[in-house]
Order: sequence, then structure tokens, then C-alpha cells
Amino acid sequence: MSDTHSNTVSYVRDTMLDQQEPPVTERGVIKWLRENLFSGWLNSVLTIASLGVIWFIIIEIGPWLLNTVWNAESLRECRAILDGTSGACFAVIKDRWHQLLFGFYPPEHYWRPVLAMVLMLVALAPILFSEVPRKMLYFSVLFPFIGYHLLWGGSVWLPISVLLGFVVGYVAFRATAKLSSLVSVIAAVAGTFLWWVFLAGPFDAAMYSVAPIGLEYVRSDAFGGFLISIVIGVSGISLSLPFGILLALGRQSDMIFLKSVCVIFIEFIRGVPLITLLFTASLLLNYFLPPGTSFDLILRVIIMVTLFASAYMAEVIRGGLAALPKGQYEAADALGLDYWKAQRLIVMPQALKIAIPGIVNTFIGLFKDTTLVVFIGLLDPIGLSNAIRADTDWNGIYWELFIFIGALFFIFCFGMSRYSMYLERKLKTDHR
Amino acid sequence: MRKSVFYGTIAASALLAGAASAQSTLETVQSNGEIACGVSTGLAGFSAPDANGVWQGFDVAVCRAVAAAVLGDPMAVNFVSTTGQTRFSALASGEIDMLARNTTWTFSRDVDLNFTFAGVNYYDGQGFMVNRELGVSSAMELDGATVCIQTGTTTELNLADFFRVNGMSYEPVPIETNAEAQQQYLAGACDVYTTDASGLAATRASFPEPGNHAILPEIISKEPLGPAVRQGDDQWADIVRWTLNALIAAEELGVTSANIEELAAGTDNPEINRMLGSAGELGAMLGLENDWAVRAISAAGNYGEIFASTIGEQTPIGLARGLNAQWTQGGLLYAPPFR
Repeated sequence: MSDTHSNTVSYVRDTMLDQQEPPVTERGVIKWLRENLFSGWLNSVLTIASLGVIWFIIIEIGPWLLNTVWNAESLRECRAILDGTSGACFAVIKDRWHQLLFGFYPPEHYWRPVLAMVLMLVALAPILFSEVPRKMLYFSVLFPFIGYHLLWGGSVWLPISVLLGFVVGYVAFRATAKLSSLVSVIAAVAGTFLWWVFLAGPFDAAMYSVAPIGLEYVRSDAFGGFLISIVIGVSGISLSLPFGILLALGRQSDMIFLKSVCVIFIEFIRGVPLITLLFTASLLLNYFLPPGTSFDLILRVIIMVTLFASAYMAEVIRGGLAALPKGQYEAADALGLDYWKAQRLIVMPQALKIAIPGIVNTFIGLFKDTTLVVFIGLLDPIGLSNAIRADTDWNGIYWELFIFIGALFFIFCFGMSRYSMYLERKLKTDHR
Repeated sequence: MRKSVFYGTIAASALLAGAASAQSTLETVQSNGEIACGVSTGLAGFSAPDANGVWQGFDVAVCRAVAAAVLGDPMAVNFVSTTGQTRFSALASGEIDMLARNTTWTFSRDVDLNFTFAGVNYYDGQGFMVNRELGVSSAMELDGATVCIQTGTTTELNLADFFRVNGMSYEPVPIETNAEAQQQYLAGACDVYTTDASGLAATRASFPEPGNHAILPEIISKEPLGPAVRQGDDQWADIVRWTLNALIAAEELGVTSANIEELAAGTDNPEINRMLGSAGELGAMLGLENDWAVRAISAAGNYGEIFASTIGEQTPIGLARGLNAQWTQGGLLYAPPFR
């Protein structure tokens, strides 16, 4: 059949037409607009309304931002320069940026927090990115002591003697390792604490009298601005994760005493606002301590913030643990792994991966919560913005300070959020 | 009430703790080499850090004068920034040695919280600020107004009293800080802003167009602001009290930071001689060196000089002396004799 008709039927086309362009509404920008902005009357109305809002914001804020005064000594001078026109007065940032960043830290020592910050990034690199050589982790372990000495200064032997406490613990662990693992853990902990309580102080004093090495001491009162936010935030973040893991495991434990302690701790802390804990740190602890002991306020705040974040972290990680199929636990048992090995090799890597968004969420929340210290009189960026406004030169300035503070916080929090997305993609092993 | 019981309890326990340590505040200060002075976290003209992080202001000057008198160095002050909530417990717990934070001297603070007020360094009173467009010229015309008011302060209670006594109604707009109040007021969220008159003047000075706003003539409360110390250490209270008195008396007697060196050598006015230590042993009675008052006055000048340089009419805050003039000028400042 086909043969007879193949060349005789004139209306059957034997050459293909060139492909035509799709209709104008189905291609390019117009298609994108139709599909994304004007698909249906409701979306069209919303699009137009949004454009109106954006236009309004640009019209209102654009000239104000563009008409910025950078060089002035006071708000009055700014207003005189602007001469009635609307304009921002970012001269206040130029005048006070160092205070917003470092508080009252002595200017000749600004290199110390800056160096500490750089070293912190170096120390974080091997933790955050697996491409970095693993040997760098030794530096990460040492960084808290280096960072402490850089920021506060004083005798260099103090962080060294604290560090030696861990060495003592390790030696005790090794010496008793043959007896039993429980005994050696107890010996290690006891050795560390005995060193800290009884020998660390005299060791520090003795070494300092022999070799008085160390940076100039900077007291905690001098800390302020973003320095205080970062010190509290980073300490809280790095301490709350291990505590949170331990609390989450404790809450899952079969040991009734351990479990109740963890549950009570978590529920108590979660039931109390952070501001209450901060007030406790700043007001009540003074009364319980013997008079004359000056227990550093920043240290007290770090402890309270850590406790607070640990409780939340524990619940986030418990969520990760709960999401893990029971078969994983059973598989670990079937392999003959003991509890800690099972947790370390099978359970935690998976549970933490599941919990990453929640963990980072808690970190970001914690970092922003550091601004609450303004209520106990610590001069964090928000507190300093009040103090700057109390100077007669800058009384009455708001937006410029808050925009600057907001922008810096955004950089930190956005960075954390992007890193967590990177980590999630990298660790993605399922096929959803 | 419960709050004051709480403060009272912690103050009492602090006193016990203080007694146990058995070291007077003066000894503590001298061994530390500095005074821990509680100031506001920032109040225009009264206490604020400048661009170099050095605290400046009217309250700050009192701390510096005491430091100069006790330690000989006006910069030997560790300024502890306190909020309205933390100030009293910071003092009671011994975290600070004195409080110079525009704190109103009231019965309950003096008696119930176990503090001693060392005098008054500024006589303030609560006033009202309104936009001139409202056409209000007296606080008695404020019936039905919306009022921006800082919560948890004595001003809140005074406001309620004032409106009740005068049979008027108002709608409160609660705000937390002075900065927030300025924004709310300028944005028109409230018709009236009320706080201490000194604060109103400082706030108005910061407005783009101060002339559009009027501070009403009525002052509805007494707010004597003064430095406070813990009760139970009378020697320390005396030092703070007489340092303040020396600043006030110096103005009355014409002793300024400019002529004090010359006058300290000896004058024909016996009171100046006693105060400045060229005659008598007043310093030793306080437990200080005999030139304590010279050092205190040299720190930032006498009361009038401090006033003029921090909050006076030549500054942006522009407060008139008013009640804070010497008694000889019709004000309330009246230092007891140095004898």
C-alpha cells in the first residue's frame, strides 16, 4: 500500500518545514513574565501592588541614602550641611564605628581582637570544610586558649596552666587505662579538676613570677559592641553543641536518674525566658558568691547563654535522633559496637545531619539573642547605640546606627545560613 | 511593694556580707586604686561615653571629683553602666561603690532599700512637652491627651496622680526608653511626652526643629537627683557628701579651677582656708589627705563650672540654673559650712 502511494499523492509533504519560533507569548521574557508574574488576575494584581510598594520604598529611601553626609562632627552639623533636604547622616558611623565594633577596647590594642577574629576563621576552617588538612584541627583545639589570651591578655601562663589540666587528665587516663574504662574516665576528670582547683593558680603565679610574659591585661569592662556579641555568641555556639548532644543522649538514656536530671534541666531552662537567666547572672549571683570575689560579668553571661542554648540544642538533636529509623540502632547493636561507638559511628552522624537546619537555626537565634545583654547594662551594639545617642553631638540619630548594626548582624546570620545549606547539599546521601 | 521587699532583702543580705568582709569602702577603694561608679548607660548631658570612650557628663563629674578627692586622680574611676533595673542591686551587692545615675532621692529608696543619699546634685521635676501646633499653653488643658510615658519609673506614677487630682483623663502610650519616646513623639503617636524637665530639654534639643515644640510651664513633681551609697558605711557616705558640698561651696565662695592653686596657698577667708586645707585638719577627719577638696575642685571645676560645661545654657542641652542656682541667687543649693 505504501509503495503505490509514496510518490503519487501530491499533498503529502516530503520536506520538513523549518521550525517556527513559538508564539510571542510563549517565549523569552514575555513567557517568563506571564508564567511568573501575571498568571491569572489575582497574581497580576499582587504583582502590580508589589511593584508599587518597591517603587514607593525606592522613592522614599533612595534619595535619603544617596544624599548621605559622611563628614560631620555632630548631628547639628549634618543638618546644617543637608540644609533642610532629606538625607542620611552616616557621619556618626564614621565617628563611632570603632566603638560599635570594639566598645571601649584600648585603640592601640585593636589588632588583638582583629587577630583573634582572623585566627578564629583559621580555626573554624578545618571544622567547616573537609578539604582543609586535618592537621589544622590541632590549631582549632588550641584556639580557645590563644583567643582568650589575645582578647584579655594578662599572664600567658594562665591559659597554659588551664590547658595543662587537660594534659594531666590525659596522663591520668593513660595511667589507669589498664584497670577499666570507667575508672580511667573518672581518673581523667578528677585529675583535670584537681589540677584546675588546686594547682593551676599557684602554677600560673609561680611561672609568671619567673617569666612575666603576656600581653597587657584588658578588663572585661572594656569589651563592647560587636566584640561582645561575637565573644558571647561564638562561645555560646561552640559550647552549646557538645552540651546539647550530651543532654539529648541523656534524655534518651535508660538510666532513670540521668534521664530525670536531663529532662528537668531541659524543661526548666526552656520554661524560663533568657532575659530572666541574664538578670540572674547579673544580679543574683553576686549575692551568693562570697563578697570580694569578682566573677566576671561576661563570663557569667556566657555561662547562662550556653545553658540556655544547650537546652534548645538538646531538643533539636533529640528530633534528629527520633527521626532515625530504629533499624539503625539495631544494626549498630548487631555489629557489636558498644554504646559510645554506636553513637559516634552510626547514630550521631545521621542524626546531626538531619538536625542541621534546626541546629543552625538555634545558632542564629543565639547570636541575635546576645543583644539582650543590653538589659543588664552591658554595652553591646544596641547598648552602644543608646550611649552614642546620649552624647550631645549625636542625640536624635536612629536609623543610621540601626542600619549599620542590622547590616553587620545580617552578614553573620546570612553567612551561617548559607553555610548550613552548603553542608546539607554536601551531606545529602539519600535519593529524595 | 513586692519589688521593694525583694530589693530590701537583697540589700540586707549584702549588708551582712559587707559586714562579714569587715573592710570599709574607703579601704576597698584605696586598695583597688579606683572607684567603681555606677552611671546611666547613656543620658544626654549626664553620662555618656565620647568618641574616645571617655565618660563625660554631669553625673560623671561627681564620680570624678570623688575619685580625685580620695585617690588624687580624677580618671581613677571604673564606670559601670547600669540600667534602671540593675542600678540598685549593683550598689547593694557591692559591685559599685557609689551610684551617680540621675536617681531620685525618695523615702523608700533611702529607708527601705538601705541606701544613703549623699545630697542632691540636680533638682529636677517632671514636665510636659507638646507640639506647638496643638495650641496648648498649660498642662491643665491636656484633658484626653495621649501621653508617651516611660514604664516603671516614678514619672508614670506622678502622671497618674496629676491627672487624677485635676479630674482629667489621659491615654498612656507606654514606652521603654527615651530614644523610643523621641521617635514615638515625633511620629505623632502621642500628643504629649512627659519625663524629667532636664530630659525634655535634652530631647527637644535633638529635634530637627526644636522651635516647634514647647515645654509647658507646670512642673508636677519633685525629683531631687543625687549620688547614693550603701547604708552602714558612714565614713564613705561622708566623703561623697562633703565632696559634693565642696563643689557647691566652692562656687559660692568664688573658688574656681582657674584660681584654686592661688587660693589653696592661703587666703584671708577662713572658710576657704579650712576647706582647701591651708588651715585646720578637715581632710584628716574624713580619713583623706588635707588637700582633698583642692583635688576634687581641680578635677572639673566647681559646681557652676561643671554645670556650665555639661548641661548649661552654652551646651546644646541648654538648661538654665533655675532651682539649681546657689541659695544666694534664689536657688536651692546650700552647702553646710566647712567648720
